[in-house]
Amino acid sequence: MKTATTSKKTRSRRSLSKTDRFTLSAFVGIPTLLQILLLWVPAVVTIVLSFTYWNGIRLTDIRWAGIQNYKTIFLNEPLFYEALKNNGVWLAFFVLVATPLGILLAYQVDRGIKGHAFYESIFYLPVVLSLAVIGIIWNFMLQPGGFVQGLMGLDIGNAISIWGNPDINTWVILGVASWRHIGYIMLLYLSGLKSVDPALKEAAAIDGATEWQIFRKIILPTMKPVNIIIVVITLIESLRAFDLVYIIYGSPTIFPLLNLLVFQNFAGQGLSMKGAAYAVILLVLCIVPIITYLRIVFKEDLK
Amino acid sequence: MATNKRYRDKQKRKDAFISIFIGFFAFIWIFPILWTVWTSLRPYNEIISYGIFSRPRSLNFDNYVNAVKEMQIAGYLLNSAIVTIPSVILTLFFGSLIAFVVTRYKFKFNLTILLLFTAGNMLPIVLTYIPVFWMFIWVGELFGNRNMFYNNYAGLILVHVAFQVGFAAFVLSSYMKTIPKEISESATIDGANVFRHYWNVILPLLRPALAALSVLMTTWIYNEFFWALVLMSDDSKRPITSALRRLQGQYVTDFNLLAAGAIIAALPTVILFFVLRKQFIAGLTLGSTKG
Repeated sequence: MKTATTSKKTRSRRSLSKTDRFTLSAFVGIPTLLQILLLWVPAVVTIVLSFTYWNGIRLTDIRWAGIQNYKTIFLNEPLFYEALKNNGVWLAFFVLVATPLGILLAYQVDRGIKGHAFYESIFYLPVVLSLAVIGIIWNFMLQPGGFVQGLMGLDIGNAISIWGNPDINTWVILGVASWRHIGYIMLLYLSGLKSVDPALKEAAAIDGATEWQIFRKIILPTMKPVNIIIVVITLIESLRAFDLVYIIYGSPTIFPLLNLLVFQNFAGQGLSMKGAAYAVILLVLCIVPIITYLRIVFKEDLK
Repeated sequence: MATNKRYRDKQKRKDAFISIFIGFFAFIWIFPILWTVWTSLRPYNEIISYGIFSRPRSLNFDNYVNAVKEMQIAGYLLNSAIVTIPSVILTLFFGSLIAFVVTRYKFKFNLTILLLFTAGNMLPIVLTYIPVFWMFIWVGELFGNRNMFYNNYAGLILVHVAFQVGFAAFVLSSYMKTIPKEISESATIDGANVFRHYWNVILPLLRPALAALSVLMTTWIYNEFFWALVLMSDDSKRPITSALRRLQGQYVTDFNLLAAGAIIAALPTVILFFVLRKQFIAGLTLGSTKG
C-alpha cells in the first residue's frame, strides 16, 4: 500500500512538464505572496513595533522601547482594565446567554413547525445587515423621541440617554449584539441538527425521556464537533468586538473594548506604539481559540 | 402502536405551543427593522407635530427620493460595487487555485499552506493595520503616486482579498476533498496540462461551492467598514457602509431621511439573501461545520 502511493507520487511528480511546474508555482505563489505581504508580514511587524517608540513617518526615527509600551498599558491605563472587563462581560454574556439561546432556537425551529423557513429567515435577517445599518436601526429605537422611550412614556423633554447611562448601556449593547449573534449561531446549529436521525429522538421519547434528557443525552453528544466550533466562534467574536460600539460611540471612552483601544491609539497618539501593543495583547488572547479551531478542523490532516 | 400515537399527539400539542412562542419571538426580532421601514415612509414634519405613534396622514417614498439626492447615495453604492465585485472574484479565484493545488497534488508544503491561509483569516485585523497603511503609502511614493494603493480602490480590494482568501481556500479545499480523485487522474492521462485540468475539469465541478461562497463573500465585503474607514481618506471614494457613519452624524436630526438611507444601504445584501438563501446558508455551513 505504502509503496503503491509512493510510486504514484513519483510518477505524478515526474509527469509534470516544465510549463506545468511553472503554472503550479504561479497558482500557489501569487495568492501566497499576497497573503504573506498583506497579512503575515504586517502581523510580525506590528509585534516588533509594539516594542518601539515611533511616530510612523520615517523609519530612522524608530527607537527601541523594550517593554515600556506594555508597562504603560498595564500600570497607567485604567481604560485597559475597563476594556478587559467589558470584553470579559461580552464574552460571558455571549457564551452563557446568546449562544445557548441560538441553540435553543435552532432546536425548536428544527421540529419542523409550521412556517419554520419563514422564521429562520427572520432570525437570520440581522446577520446580513451591516453593523452600520444595525447601529442606525437601534439608534432609532432607543434615542430620545424614539420608539422605546415613547413606549416608556418619555417624550423628548423628559428623555433619558440610554447609550450614555453606564448602568444600562452595557446590557443594551449586549442585547443589540446578540440580536445579530443569535441568528448566526442558530443557523450554524440548525445545519448540524439536520444530520441527527429523528428516529433516535422519537425512540427516546417513547421510552419516556424528557425533552431535556433527549437534548443532553442524544443531541449534545452527536453535535460535539459543531458545539466546539460554535464556542470557538463565540470566543473569537467576543474578543474582536468593535464595529457596533464604534458606530454608536466613535471613541472608546464610554464603553472601552480592546479593539477600540487599538483603533484609537493608531489614529491618535502617534509617538508611542501603544496601539501596536494593544493589538498584540488582543492577539495573545485570541491565540488559544484560534489554535483550538485549527486543531479541530484539521484533525485528520494533522495526524 | 398506541404509544406511538400518543407520542405523536403529545408532539403535536408541543409543536403548537412552540410555534406560538417562536412566532412571538420572531415578531420582536423583526420589529426594529419594520419600525425603521415604517419611519422611512413618513415625513419628518408629521412626526414632529403629531408624535411617533401618531396615525399616518401620508405614506410615500419622498424620503427615499431625497436620500438619493441629498446624500449622494448612488455614488457610494457605486463605490461599494467597485470594491466588492473585484474583491469577491479575486478571492474566489485565488481560493480555488490554492484548493486545487493542495487537494490534487501531493506536495510537502500543502498542509502548511492551508494552515497559513486558514489561520490568516482568523487574525484580529487590527494587528495588520499600521504596517499595511505605511506600506501602501511608501510603495505608492516609490512609484511616484502616493495614491496608488492608499486612498485608492486597488488598495482596499487587495486588503479584502488578502483577508478573505483564507476562508475561501479552506472551504473550497474541504469541498474538493469530496470530488473523486479519479476525475483528475483521467484528465491527466488524457494529457491535459495543469491549467486545463484546473480550468476545464475542476472549476466547473466547484460551481456549487463557488456560488455559495460568492453570496457569503459579497455580504461580508459589502458590510465591512473598518478598512474603508482607514484606507480611504476621501469620503467620496468610500463604500456606502463606511459613508453611513458620517451621514449618521450629519443627518442626526432628520431621522426619517436617515432611515431611508439605511434601508437603501441594507437592500443589496437583504435582496441577495432572499434570492439566494440556499446558497447563503450552504456557504456558511460549508466552512464552519466541516469537521
